[in-house]
Amino acid sequence: MSDFIQFENVSRQYGNVRAVDDVSLGIRKGEFFSLLGPSGCGKTTLLRMLAGFERPDTGRVLLDGVDITELPPERRKVNTIFQNYALFPHLSVRQNIAFGPTVARRPRREVDEEVDKMLALIQMRDHADKRIDQISGGQKQRVAIARALINKPAVLLLDEPLAALDLKLRQRMLIELDMVHDQVGITFVFVTHDQGEAMSLADRVAVMNAGHIEQIGRPVEIYETPQTSFVAAFIGDSNFFEGVVEEVTDVEHVKLAIEGFSALRAFNDKGLAKGDRVFLSVRPEKIRISRDEPHAGPDYNIARAVVDDVIYLGTHTLFWLRSGDYRLAVEQQHNRFVLDELPIRWKDEVWLQWHVDDGFMLERYAESDEALMGIPPQRVGEGDPAPAANERG
Amino acid sequence: MAEARGLLERRHEPWITLPSFLWLVLLFMVPAAIVFAIAFKPSDPFGGIGAGWTLQTLRSLGDPNYPAILWRTIWLSVATTAACLLLATPTAYFMARTSASVRPLLVLAVIVPFWTSFLVRIFAWKVVLHPEGIVKHALAALHLVPQDGSLLYHSGAVLLVLVYTELPFAILPLFAAAEKFDFRLLEAARDLGAGPLRTFWSVFLPGIRRGLLTATLVTLIPALGSYVVPDLVGGPTSEMLGNKIAQRTFMDRNLPHASALSALLALAVLVPSAFAITLARGKRGDGTGGAA
Repeated sequence: MSDFIQFENVSRQYGNVRAVDDVSLGIRKGEFFSLLGPSGCGKTTLLRMLAGFERPDTGRVLLDGVDITELPPERRKVNTIFQNYALFPHLSVRQNIAFGPTVARRPRREVDEEVDKMLALIQMRDHADKRIDQISGGQKQRVAIARALINKPAVLLLDEPLAALDLKLRQRMLIELDMVHDQVGITFVFVTHDQGEAMSLADRVAVMNAGHIEQIGRPVEIYETPQTSFVAAFIGDSNFFEGVVEEVTDVEHVKLAIEGFSALRAFNDKGLAKGDRVFLSVRPEKIRISRDEPHAGPDYNIARAVVDDVIYLGTHTLFWLRSGDYRLAVEQQHNRFVLDELPIRWKDEVWLQWHVDDGFMLERYAESDEALMGIPPQRVGEGDPAPAANERG
Repeated sequence: MAEARGLLERRHEPWITLPSFLWLVLLFMVPAAIVFAIAFKPSDPFGGIGAGWTLQTLRSLGDPNYPAILWRTIWLSVATTAACLLLATPTAYFMARTSASVRPLLVLAVIVPFWTSFLVRIFAWKVVLHPEGIVKHALAALHLVPQDGSLLYHSGAVLLVLVYTELPFAILPLFAAAEKFDFRLLEAARDLGAGPLRTFWSVFLPGIRRGLLTATLVTLIPALGSYVVPDLVGGPTSEMLGNKIAQRTFMDRNLPHASALSALLALAVLVPSAFAITLARGKRGDGTGGAA
C-alpha cells in the first residue's frame, strides 16, 4: 500500500555529523507512529523535516503523495506539539487556541465557536481566560493539543511532549494522548527517547541510531525479535554472549561455541553459516533460575552460575549471576510469596535454563556503537561491578 | 535611563530603595519643584530672581514663536524614537539570534561609540555633513542634492544626528528583551499557519514589548530635551525647546522665563511617561519580562 507520509532517501548533515543518513520511511494513514532512539539519533531532525523547520540536504518528504520538501511550515497540513509546548505567554488560553484559525482569517464567530468546542473537549472551559503561566503542566499539554487540533491537521507531530512532566502526570497524559488519537483518528508521529512511551502508545515504532533506522515494527516485534544488537540493548535489557557458529543443526537453529559454556543452541533467523562470529542475546526474563538441575528437554539450553547479587524489586527479583566469564542478569517473577521453598541467596550455585528460541543471534557490534551506547556485552572484570543497564526495566 | 527603570520596576523594598529614593527626592524632585516655582517669579534686571509672585512669565509663553518650536521639538523627538525603534528592533533580533560567542562582540560594537566624547561625535557629524565635505560632494555629483544645497543646519540634519545618538540606547534594552525571548515560539507560530511577517508582528513584538517600552522612553525623553545636537548641526529653522531654554538662560539672563519653558518641557516628558507606565502596570506579570 502507498504510505501517507514518505521519507525518500533523506539526509541532513550538521558540520561533520550526519544527523540523518539516507533514511527512507513510510508512515501509514491514521497510524500512531513512534520515532524512538537516544538523543542525537536524528529522530527530532526527521520530525522537523516533516514540520518544515528543516530541509533535507538530499531526498524528498511526501505527504499524501505530494512533495512537501520545499513547503514552508505555515503551508503544511501538519501541526506540532512542542517539547515545552511553546504556548504564547502573552496570550490567554483561549487566544492561544484561537491563534491558528485567527491567522487563517476565519470569521470571528466561527473561531469563537470552535475554540469553545475545543475548550470543552480538553475540559478547560473554566480556565479559558487564564494566562499560560497560571495553568499546570498537564493543562498546558492539553492547550497545546487543542491549539494544534483546531487547525484540523492531517498529521499531528509530537516532539517528546511528556518529557517535562513528572511520572504520575506522564502516565495520565499518556492515556489522554491515546484517547485523543482514537477520537480524532489522524496520523500521529511521536518522537521520544523513552521506550515505555513508544511501546505503550505506538502502532509501529522505528528505532533510530546514529542517523539511520535500525528496525521498524510493532512494539512486540521490536522487543521480541530485535534485528540488531543496538535494538536488543536499547529496548529492554539483554544478556549478550560472544561466540562462533559451530554447526548449523537445522534450518532454524545453530549450535554456538561460547567460551565457558557447553554448546548453546539458538534461533537462526539471520541465515548464519558455520564460522560466523556473532552475539547471542537472551532477555533476562526469559531465563529461569533454579536450585536443582532442571529436567529440561532438548529445546532448552542449560548453564550453571553463581549468584552475585539479589535485588528484590516488588514485581520481580533481579539476580546478577556469574557464569564463566560472563555477568548475567536474570529476572524472576514470584507469583506467590513462597516461604516453604528455600530462597536463592548470594553465593548460591544455581542452574539456568532458557528455550533455544529465546536466544537471538545478532551481528557483531560496530566499535562506534559500543562507545555510543555504553551497554556493550558485559564480562566479569570489565567495567563497573554493577551494570546500570537495568534502569530501563 | 536610571529613573525610567526605577519607575518601571515596582519593587517595594523600602530599606534597600531608601538611598536611591532620597537621591531622587533631593536631586531630582526638589530641584524640579524649584524650577516650577521660579516660573512664577518675576525676573530682576541683573539676571537674578525678583521678589514676590507673578503670572507675567507664564503669559510671555504666549510668544507666537513657541507653538512652532514646541511642535518641532515633539515631532523631531517622535520621529527620532520611531526611526530608532525601526532600526533597533531588527538589530536586536539578529543580535539575539547570533551564536553566543559572537553576541558579546556585537554588544561591544554598540557600546564602543560611548568611549568617544559625545561632543566630539557630534562635531564629527559636522565634518561629515560639511558643505565642502566628501559626502556632500558625492551626493551632489549623483544629483541627489543641489550643488548649492546644504546637508547641515536644518531639521533633517538634526533628525539624522539625533537618531545616531539615541540608537544605542534603543538597541540595548531591545537586545536584553530579545535575548530572553523564547525563539521556539516563532516556530510554533509558523507551525500554526502564520507567515514570517505575521509571526514577527504577532509573537515576537508582543514578546519583547517591555523592551520596546523601555527603548521608547529612553530615546523619546532625551530627544525631547536635546539641546547640543540642534545647536551644533541645526539652524534657525530647526531650533528645539532646549535651545530656547539655553538662550533665555545664558543670553537673556531671564531665569523665570527659562524655568517656565523647562516646566513646559518637563510636562511634555512626564505626560507620555506616566501614560506608558500606566500601560506597563496594566499588563504586568505576564511572565515575559523584557525591560533592560
